[in-house]
Amino acid sequence: MSVLWTLLVAASVAAAAVNGRMAELTAAIATSAQAAVTLALGLVGVLALWLGLMRVAERAGLVALVARALRPALRRLFRGVPDDHPALGAIVLNVSANLLGLGNAATPFGVEAMRRLEELNPRPGTATDAQALLCALNTASVQLVPATVIALRAAAGARDPADVVGPVLLASACGAATAVVAAKLLARAFPAPPAGAP
Amino acid sequence: MGRAALQLLSSWAIPLAVAGVPLLALARKQQVYPAFLEGAREGFETAVRIIPPLVAVVVALGMFKASGALDGVARALAPLTSALGLPAPVLPLVLVRPLSGGAALGVVADVLRTEGPDSLAGRLASVMAGSTETTFYVLAVYMGAARVTRYRHALAAGLLADAAGFAAAALVVHAYFGR
Repeated sequence: MSVLWTLLVAASVAAAAVNGRMAELTAAIATSAQAAVTLALGLVGVLALWLGLMRVAERAGLVALVARALRPALRRLFRGVPDDHPALGAIVLNVSANLLGLGNAATPFGVEAMRRLEELNPRPGTATDAQALLCALNTASVQLVPATVIALRAAAGARDPADVVGPVLLASACGAATAVVAAKLLARAFPAPPAGAP
Repeated sequence: MGRAALQLLSSWAIPLAVAGVPLLALARKQQVYPAFLEGAREGFETAVRIIPPLVAVVVALGMFKASGALDGVARALAPLTSALGLPAPVLPLVLVRPLSGGAALGVVADVLRTEGPDSLAGRLASVMAGSTETTFYVLAVYMGAARVTRYRHALAAGLLADAAGFAAAALVVHAYFGR
């Protein structure tokens, strides 16, 4: 990010010099800084509303409800994790919380799941298939309510801020399917080294 | 048919959640109001916490545009991006999304501000951000927590998921909102 950001800024100054747009550049620096703060403050209301609701949902046991529904499917995906092992429970909660858009709640569950999976790891320090799959699933971001995006759209004055909910669900489902397939296929292409190897 | 179903889902999801969640919580004898305030405070803090990365990204992007550099890059990549159905303003999002969540949010906010939230670019940026994750951050946190140092195929799978998310977002947004 450091390299990317610095290059972006430096390239802009160079391009402005070439295009003779230094005055516009200077004006843009000040107005963008201002705009960034206005944006963030515009987010306060909707973000507070959604995270408030999310906390209520968590207390209402919604996460546990979804978790129960997902358990059979996840058991099939994470073969090799014993049925009664706490890792599976944590995985179920992690995926459920992600599904409900509770990003902040999902992370502790995911971290716990990774630690528990490491207990089952015959080669500590080298990711198991299950650990890689869990990470991939978390990078795919399947969620029923993309709260932050809705908040941003509302702050920007969208006519219907939530009109992207359906498309987001569809696109992130494609991402998740890809994550599962890629993790399963790549597991064979990148086999774990034999146990005990350095 | 698919479009109608998606539209129904989109228009009902939010009101149902806003009314349904507190009702469910009340039925289960939970302290709805204190729980709401607790989460809302977290939302407030999140909004404040993203100000620094937002300033960094929005300023850099503002400079990149005002200098005419974005126009140049967009012209150079035009054959590729038009084939993929990517409007130029969305381009930086593809680059930044796997690296930094705050920065990606900044790009989305910038697209929404300059192109409008109901434009094709605005909707595409929203869907792309909603359907992908900050892959490098997720891996660092999760693998780090388990003290795993050799990721094997996890990064490749995560980046493939991001790519699939971007492609699917472009397809879905064009099919759903396209002219």
